Amino acid sequence: MEPINARFDIDWPGFNLTVDLELPGRGVTGLFGHSGSGKTTLLRCIAGLVRAPKGRLVFRGEVWQDENIWVPTHQRSLGYVFQEASLFAHLTVMGNLRYGQKRAPAPVAAEDRVSLDQAIALLGIEHLLTRKPDRLSGGERQRVAIARALAVSPRVLLMDEPLAALDIARKQEILPYLERLHDELAIPVLYVSHAPDEVARLADHLVVMDGGRVLASGPLKETLARLDLPTAFSEDAGVVIEAVVASHDDNYHLSRLDFPGGNVVVAQRKEPIGHRLRLRVHARDVSLTLERATGTSIANLLPATVAEIADADTPGHCLVRLDAGGTPLIARITRRSLDQLGVARGKAMWAQIKAVALLGD
Amino acid sequence: MWCRDASPEIGIDAQDIQQLHSVDRAMFLSETDLQSIWLTLRLAGVVTLILFVVGTPIAWWLARTRSRLKGPVGAVVALPLVLPPSVLGFYLLVAMGPNGPVGQLTQALGIGVLPFTFWGLVVASVFYSLPFMVQPVQNAFEAIGDRPLEVAATLRASPLDTFFTVALPLAAPGFITAGILTFAHTVGEFGVVLMIGGNIPGVTRVASVQIYDHVEAMEYGDAHRLAAVMLIFSFLVLLALYLWRPSPKNT
Repeated sequence: MEPINARFDIDWPGFNLTVDLELPGRGVTGLFGHSGSGKTTLLRCIAGLVRAPKGRLVFRGEVWQDENIWVPTHQRSLGYVFQEASLFAHLTVMGNLRYGQKRAPAPVAAEDRVSLDQAIALLGIEHLLTRKPDRLSGGERQRVAIARALAVSPRVLLMDEPLAALDIARKQEILPYLERLHDELAIPVLYVSHAPDEVARLADHLVVMDGGRVLASGPLKETLARLDLPTAFSEDAGVVIEAVVASHDDNYHLSRLDFPGGNVVVAQRKEPIGHRLRLRVHARDVSLTLERATGTSIANLLPATVAEIADADTPGHCLVRLDAGGTPLIARITRRSLDQLGVARGKAMWAQIKAVALLGD
Repeated sequence: MWCRDASPEIGIDAQDIQQLHSVDRAMFLSETDLQSIWLTLRLAGVVTLILFVVGTPIAWWLARTRSRLKGPVGAVVALPLVLPPSVLGFYLLVAMGPNGPVGQLTQALGIGVLPFTFWGLVVASVFYSLPFMVQPVQNAFEAIGDRPLEVAATLRASPLDTFFTVALPLAAPGFITAGILTFAHTVGEFGVVLMIGGNIPGVTRVASVQIYDHVEAMEYGDAHRLAAVMLIFSFLVLLALYLWRPSPKNT
């Protein structure tokens, strides 16, 4: 799959954006950063809603912008989901869905095709079609907005913090649909978010932005395991692990999840054996011991080798990256513990995992 | 038909006039009054239709532009709000007169000169009522904001397509307000009409001028009746405007 190449240079009073990126042509790419980091502006540049004077954008071999070429937004094969649903108030849900669908040219490649029916089914909005937008809840509106963007059969889906304007309950309502997009769509998705949990749950590739510049761009698991991005993640530093349900213990109501280099035991899952799950292990939930601890209530102990040590966001702490048989972990420990335990690169230790977050709950 | 200018020459006495008046009263409004009302409605209707076409692009430009000309153009559009109608009427009279630039153009086109014709009144009223069309429509366009237009662009709609399928429907309440205000304001104009149109029955004698004529001739009864009609009409128009509320929007 051909990549997306984006190079933009914006110099506005009080705001700069300097970006030169190659983004994968498939899967979900998370554009992560604090507000003001330039992630939304980057997305708007890609959509053509903002015209960066010195910009170059090549979308899977198609030039959308360079010195001589400017393809206006309405001629770019993209779907865009804004932070607020922004449905057309004068049209019904069906009218909103058909607005883009009837204007879009039929996609060339069959693999890129998303039919109107498919979009409606994917977002579960069959029962809303005849309603006006003011008769929908916030979560329903955003689902309609996502279906509307998909109904144009875009070759890329751009999402600008689609959950940020919703409360926690509404977020939980929509996240499963976003995961379905991730699993069922062949087109690439660029997903802007300032919430680490959202990108950890949805993204395959991660771009970390700060102050209008790209701090890091790479596969999600590797990028999250980097220790040089603490300012971006601070308290939320942690890794993502892809695991498989290996066994269930009906007696103690536990499930064992396997991953390369080890396993963890969690409260019993409904998923069948063999099902893939994404785990998030926060650095603050990982502690280190020299020997395998006995007499502890912590069930998840993994042998691991110290790979890297770096400063954390506070002077009293540091971050330790561990290699647990091929799976990276990050531990956030105090500088005093670091010295007392003599933690050093290459040292074999035990990682105690106090909590595992299952992404998808 | 009763005509006040003709009465002394015909030599009818006071009793005849009394009789004629009683006939008038039986019809409530005289034929000339009805003629002036019909002319007023026709003028207001034509002016409102023309201003929908002329005012909408101006309102769109004023709502969307970042040009430095926005201020001056907005001020020019608003001028009729503060200018004495006689001033506006005077300039239009000069411009449309036989030696004025507009007058020479219309003569060259074979239309003749516009002052003291119905279409002269229309042109003058279009200028006079312009802010009543442009400002509500401009406000409605500004209230839409950028977002729906951006959404339309991401849904493959060209800017022109977006204007007709998104901006116009979303601004519909503003158009209704603007239409009512423009119509009502054109019905109520007096000074500009007098300057441009004079007082030709059936051509330029609108209701407001007719009332003025009645008063000048001390026909207070006739003036009262026509004035009452205008008062009730104006009240009903404004009542409609205030009672009518756009449905609450929630996106």
